[in-house]
Amino acid sequence: MTKELLMGNEAIACGLIEAGCQVATAYPGTPSTEILQAVIDRQDTAVEPLYIEWSVNEKVAFEVALAASYTGKRCAVVMKQVGLNVAADPFMRTAYIGVKGGMLTIVADDPGPHSSQNEQDTRLFCLQARVPVLDPVSPAEAKAMVSTAFELSEKYELNVVLRPTTRICHSRQNITPTSPLKLSRVADFQRDPTRWAATPAFLPQLHRKLNASLEQIAVEPALQPRLIAGDGSCARTALVASGIAYSNLVDLIDDLGLNSKVDLYQVLMPYPLSPIFIRSLHENYDRVLILEETYPVIELQLAHPGAVGKQGGAVPREGELTPDIMHQVVAGFLGLTAPEETPGERRGQRPSLCPGCPHRAAFYSIKQCFPKGIFPSDIGCYTLGMNLGAVNTVHCMGACISQGAGFYHAYQQDGDVPTIVVTIGDSTFFHAGIPALINAVIQQARIIIVILDNATTAMTGGQPVPHMGVAAGGEPTKAVAIEPLVRASGVEFLEVCDPYDKHAFETLLVQADAYTRSPEGGVAVLISRHGCVMDRKVLKSQESFLVTINDKCIGCRKCVDAFECPALLMDNDGNMALVNQDRCIGCGTCLPVCPVDAIIKEKKS
Amino acid sequence: MKQQIIVSGIGGQGVLFLTRVIAQAAVNRGMPVLTAETHGMAQRGGTVLSTVKVGDFASPLIRSGQADVGLLLWEANLQVHASLLKNSGVLLINSDTAEEGERIDASAIARDLGNAVLSNLVLLGLAVRRQALFCSAEECEAAIRQLAPAKFVEQNLAAFHKGLGSGNPDSLADS
Repeated sequence: MTKELLMGNEAIACGLIEAGCQVATAYPGTPSTEILQAVIDRQDTAVEPLYIEWSVNEKVAFEVALAASYTGKRCAVVMKQVGLNVAADPFMRTAYIGVKGGMLTIVADDPGPHSSQNEQDTRLFCLQARVPVLDPVSPAEAKAMVSTAFELSEKYELNVVLRPTTRICHSRQNITPTSPLKLSRVADFQRDPTRWAATPAFLPQLHRKLNASLEQIAVEPALQPRLIAGDGSCARTALVASGIAYSNLVDLIDDLGLNSKVDLYQVLMPYPLSPIFIRSLHENYDRVLILEETYPVIELQLAHPGAVGKQGGAVPREGELTPDIMHQVVAGFLGLTAPEETPGERRGQRPSLCPGCPHRAAFYSIKQCFPKGIFPSDIGCYTLGMNLGAVNTVHCMGACISQGAGFYHAYQQDGDVPTIVVTIGDSTFFHAGIPALINAVIQQARIIIVILDNATTAMTGGQPVPHMGVAAGGEPTKAVAIEPLVRASGVEFLEVCDPYDKHAFETLLVQADAYTRSPEGGVAVLISRHGCVMDRKVLKSQESFLVTINDKCIGCRKCVDAFECPALLMDNDGNMALVNQDRCIGCGTCLPVCPVDAIIKEKKS
Repeated sequence: MKQQIIVSGIGGQGVLFLTRVIAQAAVNRGMPVLTAETHGMAQRGGTVLSTVKVGDFASPLIRSGQADVGLLLWEANLQVHASLLKNSGVLLINSDTAEEGERIDASAIARDLGNAVLSNLVLLGLAVRRQALFCSAEECEAAIRQLAPAKFVEQNLAAFHKGLGSGNPDSLADS
């Protein structure tokens, strides 16, 4: 087969299909999303039946794949690093209970972080959970490691983790696809309650077996650290790296003319770390530089007296190990000329909600109606509502509703409760919002919950959501609507409104506030419903106007700052606002924002 | 042959597509290639950076002062990304003002073609015209044909040819 330019995530998907994976599940999250998407896109290349689902959350995704593995089939579950927190409960127990058909948990970490609420290290999670973890250095290796991981998983009947990072997931490389394996397995669940339903009585034995297996896995020949030996000019000195840090190191050493000068180790499996490797490093080296993202997992297990790494602070403990940072660290370790101070963060322009985004209209109205409100929000595009001052807290999937209730109970003790408006996306609501809603209702919190329903998982590129009746790959399925769920949770104030209709939306917000403060009041839910404008169908179905600003503009900046639409900007002198016609989608939601009615819309010719 | 390229812009400008076209040209020539891209929240109009490394490299990331070519679709990104370029690096910028680097009002040209997002391929055309890239015009055209959706191929090629100058290097001065 010819080489293809594959994104790391596509390469992993290719690897799954080639290795005979028959059940693949995921909840989307950057940087992992494209893995399942690519499995969907390439499912025609599979030679055996392949079941694929976008699950409602990572815990559910994990458990679906887990049971499929009990039947002897190969399966995979995909998530981002914080998704593993959601799936932690089944993940931890699976270490003891094990699997039957190969099970691969693919957890994409996000050092930096680029698009996450923290930069936790799945390898450290695996150390705590006692789950073997592989750390690829490139998209090509990530693909190759998929079949290695399945083989390891089946040999020891254990779940195995593949941990790519953002720079693997979102890199592209020329890669040759190969023919898929035909395993010809049929579902065959062998009942064994002492294992699949193990009570505490059976757990010490299972734990003992796990520990014995880990000792064997640690010395598996194919998974031993790889050495590129130096010529002895840097005696008793070694560089140890894993993941993308290893690749950065290889290029850096080449740039610095240090090829074959110093011993260089690649750690393929950071946990369990090979005891042979640990012993060798203790015996043969006085100084060892350890480069890994994000936490000192190899370093902790190595416990080398001459270790230079994150624990001593020689290697930064936070953020990515960029080539610039690695240059400074390696120069310091090897006594080379230090590079010039490199520029700091390359952040540049902050992101904002898209022009025409219905969330912007909703946030603007919320802020207008309740300038002194408290605004807990959540994970998704709508986190960017903070640019409009309408998002005060962002924590983890689904937290906003419970946090809104927590704010209420704390303020209520003192008597004077500000208006609390929670914003949560539709996908996040299904993921973890429903238990929080039920709890808020039964604990009698008086809060407004605005469900921002744009009919998609927008942040990650538009994965299907349960109320749309579309399964992975666009297949039709049952739809689970939001309204009956909200009503069944005991909510008595429920309204639905398009936030493009500013007047109607704000009227409902005021009514919702009055409801929460009325004697019989409680949780009020307002569904803000308008499709994501990234969806071409939505864009085509709504009227598009020619929006311009006339010379009545007084240059007050309200539309630019408070409404914060990227299609609005000030002219070069800062005297008047302008519409950037390249970016404006002609929605007209900015018109009511102008205090002097200088923004006008006309029918497009 | 080794070349390190940065493609810089803001979300929605077609940075990812431009990156893929360049990388595909390398794949078609049988050269090793690695790219790194920005996905996720930054794609919502924030600063995005792609890197492309063609030739024998292990990592897709580029160290400060190492890029041979910079394609900037968003002028304001000069402050954050220009330091990635070598002193001898070639900088091509989509801009309607005349300052540092080689500039072209790619957005205006693209607008004339019907869509401002085509500025990405206008800039690519200019880079090829300046012989800044490892690949030829024909190789870029082949990659564009491979990657663009069928109904946009001709429009994309038109944008590329505008940047390329369509055989008339002076035609851009008044375009």
